[in-house]
Amino acid sequence: MHKQYWRSNLQIISILLSIWFLVSFGFGIIWSDFLDQFQIGGFKIGFWFAQQGSIYFFVLLIFIYIYLMNKLDKKYKNKSKEEL
Amino acid sequence: MDVKSLTYFFVGISFALYIGIAIWSRASSTNDFYIAGKGVHPIANGMATAADWMSAASFISMAGLIAFLGKDGSVYLMGWTGGYVLLALLLAPYLRKFGQYTVPDFIGTRYYSNAARLVAVICLIFISFTYVAGQMRGVGIVFSRFLEVDINLGVVIGMCIVFFYAVLGGMKGITYTQVAQYCVLIFAYLVPAIFISILMTGNPIPQLGFGDTLINSEVYLLDKLDTVTSELGFNAYTENSKTNIDIFCITAALMFGTAGLPHVIVRFFTVPNVSDARKSAGYALIFIAILYSTAPAVSAFARMNFIDSVQEVSYQEAPGWFKNWENIGLIAWNDKNNDGLIQYSAGNALNEVKPRFNNNRGSSGERGLDNKPDMTNTNEVYIDRDIMVLANPEIAKLPAWVIALVAAGALAAALSTAAGLLLVISASVSHDLLKKTFMPSITEKQELFYARCSAAVAIFIAGLFGIYPPGFVAQVVAFAFGLAAATIFPALFMGIFYKRLNKEGAIAGMLAGLAVTSIYIINFKFVNTNLNSAENWFLGISPEGFGFIGMMINFIVSFSVCYLFKKPPDSVNQMVDNLRNP
Repeated sequence: MHKQYWRSNLQIISILLSIWFLVSFGFGIIWSDFLDQFQIGGFKIGFWFAQQGSIYFFVLLIFIYIYLMNKLDKKYKNKSKEEL
Repeated sequence: MDVKSLTYFFVGISFALYIGIAIWSRASSTNDFYIAGKGVHPIANGMATAADWMSAASFISMAGLIAFLGKDGSVYLMGWTGGYVLLALLLAPYLRKFGQYTVPDFIGTRYYSNAARLVAVICLIFISFTYVAGQMRGVGIVFSRFLEVDINLGVVIGMCIVFFYAVLGGMKGITYTQVAQYCVLIFAYLVPAIFISILMTGNPIPQLGFGDTLINSEVYLLDKLDTVTSELGFNAYTENSKTNIDIFCITAALMFGTAGLPHVIVRFFTVPNVSDARKSAGYALIFIAILYSTAPAVSAFARMNFIDSVQEVSYQEAPGWFKNWENIGLIAWNDKNNDGLIQYSAGNALNEVKPRFNNNRGSSGERGLDNKPDMTNTNEVYIDRDIMVLANPEIAKLPAWVIALVAAGALAAALSTAAGLLLVISASVSHDLLKKTFMPSITEKQELFYARCSAAVAIFIAGLFGIYPPGFVAQVVAFAFGLAAATIFPALFMGIFYKRLNKEGAIAGMLAGLAVTSIYIINFKFVNTNLNSAENWFLGISPEGFGFIGMMINFIVSFSVCYLFKKPPDSVNQMVDNLRNP
């Protein structure tokens, strides 16, 4: 019961942190120079991820986490009530 | 009204507001003093965390730094925001569930050891004082430039204000003043940014404006900036000059360091429950992102404007701000080719980099310098990067009230961070050192008294740092983040996610991280400063990024040592199980 909750939690964390890594260390640093050859408006894509995009994704990730965890909390609260 | 009286007006009003809030929200128990009675709404806590986090460095220095570093400056933007994702996902909810007062409290309890608690307290005090020193310098700069008072008097005024609401109100007073300070600082940051964005690109949103075309032209601002910076011999603005591995490590050290900074973590102890801890991390990052996404736009505008307004202009006709900042000593000009025109390009203008002024005047009326010019390049201008944000409204010729507003905002940023830091220092002294280690028999009332005393002492020491600024402030910032990443973050993270870790493993890990990181940074920043360049660095990683390696070493040492000793006791296992349960 408690173990399942923890496992789902770890799953959520690892998926979200992979995206976290991808948008900052990936697009903003490792592949940034490659992405810089594409341009939207005045922004080179790699530069945009390094100075803007990564920050927006960070905010988004935390709110997705809040949403998923609240859902998970609810599910397990209901379950423990049923067991009682 | 002129800039000076407007500045007095804005600063006066904002200070009165902070004091009023402090009186309204006095602390009456240790619970109030340390964690604001756990009654702070997540949105309020988000704002307070944002103000706590965004220091004089974020407000005053960061955009200026990025203006001169270009794409290399992205490490600060990603590093100082990405840490909040780690905080929200890996630390904040669990530490809130733990429900105690301080970070060393968690480490001491989880690793059932006062030695672990002591190591944590030492790291915490070191990190926090490093940080405070920088804030007080920021207060000094603002006071001396905009209010034309003596720097020392400015620092004393700042100390009195912080003393008033930190000692009286504790965490409760600080939290609500920080909410007000956030509003002041973000308003003061956005107004000039929006103005300048409209002036330069016609786009009122700075985040979009700096990717837009220049007004009355088909050329993109960033493309123009690339061309201009390359022509002047700089690295093109949107290209890196550092190696990828170095950028990677600096970003990582700043991210993990952010997640391990005690004054940030402790903010999540103040909300009513676990779900609110998650929410307030999200709100905090939104409020931070508003400033951090604006900063690179401000940087690009500032760099463009600066070059446009001084390049090939004669000193006599140079704009007023150029001479004002020269008077403070943060801009210097040496007419290398004696043509009376200002030429700005890559390279140091002066030998020994920083100007040493004398009382003479040069042939164009500029301040005389004792330094010899550096004749290996043609750059004639020394400019302190810290002044870009403060000077930006003047450079863009914005109205006087905007300039005054920026001064009030910079003070709000410096004071809010200083107060938060002083509070974690005082809490770790009165709670962790006295109550939990050396004087367990004191009552709550006595503990509250000691907490106030140590806050007062900490403010006094911070004030001394402001009046006699240690020359090493800039160098030790790398240290603060490096140590937070190499000691506190791993101890907290493994404490929650790795049950098998016993006290021997944790202490060995923290000490190893502490030792390796300190030795590397001290070696390159203080002892062998002449060797501080890429070819001598370990794998090409600069001291700023070495905290990340220190963290890896901490993990490895903790894992290996913990299997040599017996498992942690059952009570700790239960405690961790309890943390993991919603």
